Order: sequence, then C-alpha cells, then structure tokens
Amino acid sequence: MEWRDHGILLSLRRHGEAAAIIDVFTESHGRHAGVVPGGASRKQAPVLQPGAQLDLIWRARLEDHIGTYRAEPLRSRAAAALSGRLALAGLNAVTALLSFALAEREVHGALYRRSEQLLDLLGQDEIWPLAYLNWEMALLEELGFGLDLSQCAATGVNDELIYVSPRSGRAVSRHGAGDWADRMLPLPPCLRGDGPAPDAEIAEGLRTTGYFLQHRLAPALGHTPLPEARARFVDQFTRRI
Amino acid sequence: MSSNREIENLIELMAKLPGLGPRSARRAVLHLIRKRALLLTPLADAMQEVAATARECLNCGNVGTGDVCDICTSEKRATGELCVVEDVADLWAMERSGVFKGRYHVLGGTLSALDAVGPDSLRIPRLIDRIASEHITEVILALNATVEGQTTAHYIADQLEGQVRLTSLAQGVPIGGELDYLDDGTISAALRARKEF
Repeated sequence: MEWRDHGILLSLRRHGEAAAIIDVFTESHGRHAGVVPGGASRKQAPVLQPGAQLDLIWRARLEDHIGTYRAEPLRSRAAAALSGRLALAGLNAVTALLSFALAEREVHGALYRRSEQLLDLLGQDEIWPLAYLNWEMALLEELGFGLDLSQCAATGVNDELIYVSPRSGRAVSRHGAGDWADRMLPLPPCLRGDGPAPDAEIAEGLRTTGYFLQHRLAPALGHTPLPEARARFVDQFTRRI
Repeated sequence: MSSNREIENLIELMAKLPGLGPRSARRAVLHLIRKRALLLTPLADAMQEVAATARECLNCGNVGTGDVCDICTSEKRATGELCVVEDVADLWAMERSGVFKGRYHVLGGTLSALDAVGPDSLRIPRLIDRIASEHITEVILALNATVEGQTTAHYIADQLEGQVRLTSLAQGVPIGGELDYLDDGTISAALRARKEF
C-alpha cells in the first residue's frame, strides 16, 4: 500500500528512541497516523511541529497497518504561532479539536481545506478570531451538528434573529424567543456573516459554538471533555476585549 | 557470544540506556570486563553510591545527593533571578555554559493535552510559591522552542503576570549555523529578533 497526500500535523509522540508516531489530517485520507523513522531526531524536530504543512508518502504492507510516513515540509507554521500568545493558543485549539473530533481515516476534504486556510492566517491576530469562529461553525456542520441560522425556528421570520436555540441549533428571533429569551444562546451578526464583527461579538459566537461542541459533539464522541486547548484560546481571546 | 547469565543480564540492562542497542551494549560490557580494575569496579561503586544518594531537590527539582541541591543552598546564587527549564538535562546544559548565576526551577515536563499533563502535574504551583518566598525579581522562561514548550511558557507567564519581570530566551541562528541549512521558522524568528549591529 502506498499513497501520497498533503497534510496538517496534529500531534507527535516519540516512539522508541529515534522514531515518532505522527497524527496528520490529510486532504484525501482524513486523520491518519503513521510512524516516521527518525522523527524524534533533532534534524526533524523543527519540521514536525504541530500545524506544519507536510508532503507525505505513506507506506504499509496492509491497509490496516499503521505504516510509515516520509514527511517533507511544505510550510512551517510554528514560527508564526510561537510569536504570539493568541496565535499559539489558536494553533493548539485547532489541532486539539481536529484530533478530538475526527474519526481516523474518515475523509473530510472540505474541512481540510478550511483548516489549511485558517492555519495560513496564523499570526494575523486582527482577523484570526473571526476566521476561527467560522471554522468552528464549519467543523460542526461537517460533523452533522451544523446550526441553521437562516430563519426563526418559532415564527419563520428572518429579521431580528438574535438567539440560537440550544435544543435545535436553529435561529430564534427576538419576538419568537418570548419568555424563553434567558435560556437562549446569543446569535451575534458575525455568526451569520453580517457586520464588522467586533471582538465582543466573536466572543459571543464562540460561546454559542462552544455550547454545541460541548453538548452535542462531545456526547456523540462518548462524553469525553472538550480539549482544554479550546478553553485556553477563548480565555486568551477574551482577555484582549 | 557470552554464555554467562549475569553478563547477559548486564548486557540487557545496558541496552536499555539511551543511545545504546543490544550490539553496542555488548561491546560496552566487553570493554568494561576487559578494563575491570580501571572501569568496571569503579563504575559499579559509583553507580551504587549514586543509587543510594541521588534524589530530586525538594526546592527546584534538580537532581542532587541531598534534599536540597547545591545551587539552591548557595547564597551566591540568590540573585533574584530564576530560570525555568523543562528538564534536569536542560538545567545541566545551562550550567555548562557557566553564564547564568541565578537559581533554577525544573518543571519536569511541558503541558500536553495528548499525554494528559496539566499544570498540577508539573511543578508550577511550587514555582509560584518560590516567587514570593525567595524574593524573585526576574523569571527567565528557558523552555524549548516547540509548540508544547512555548504553550507552557505562556501559561506560566499568565500565572505570574504583574508579579515579577518575565523574560524568555532569544530564538535565532545558532553559533556555527549556516543560513542555508536553517529551517524557515528559525530564519523568520531570527529576522524578527534582529538587533542593531
């Protein structure tokens, strides 16, 4: 068995003295692990940092085997990430959520391309949080927990949509929420792709996507807690508001 | 091929050391046996002694032969500077340079969600205690320039913000390094940290 693909390095573990087992999110083969002989060496250390864009050749005798990778660097994102707290927290959140949410060897081509675009923006702290929020929406959508924000779930109107129902994941208008308004999640305009997206709105959006990651996605994956890296990113981001 | 069980046992143990495999362990053991008086016996004595006395310093996490290591007990090193490192090997590397005259704090690892290493698994609470009790004025975050190392550094910086001066090691071109052989991340870090010449 052999294939060649591009991928984003999600994590690395030492394997023995010199080798490493890497977990990579690839475009055509999904999240896929493999052994990199010499992957724990000093020469490979700068290449095999989480977030790195790699050109990969995977080989194994049988498809079920873990196989070995030959990894060549295409783009290193560690330098951009290490330069700032928010960027580093963001990189950790993305790689941790992908590791957490994606089943091994399940192809998610669209999400891969979104993830690649998002990571290429690392270091641009002014636009990155909004791009990250949109990526979380895409992650939920890709895994079957997408939010329907097109019209009010209660009245069918599509103006003054300011809430999201925590039960259905659908938008709810101010009028439609009625007495239930205090139980609703916020729907900032930026979540629908409207407006200039100030930081406070993005933070509200992250609260809403965080709810669905925590209460819909995580239970579907066996009630494992969300990776702490996401909470750290949100914490870093809200500090700047 | 050796036929003695004790020798085979020694080879097996040596083969578990970093940098050694079964063949190199066999060569090392054979060398030790040939140099019995010069190497084998003194090595065995030294190992026995270290096994009996080596322990982690209760204060900083360094390895020494007492409850508190020589660096922590030395008054000369109470400069108010505290260098935070990931591992004892990093502390020894810093000491080799002979430049740093303050004290150290060994975390014992880095934060890692993958390996379930949280702040409480490291010596971060003890670090926070030391800031006050040892009148620390500057904390130097000498953690590895990896994603995990810098994530840990930022976490510690968040915990200590406003209490003490925080600095970190510079990143850039190593001594003897040729630009052509450097990875692009190091080059961009070096360029960002450029200084007046």
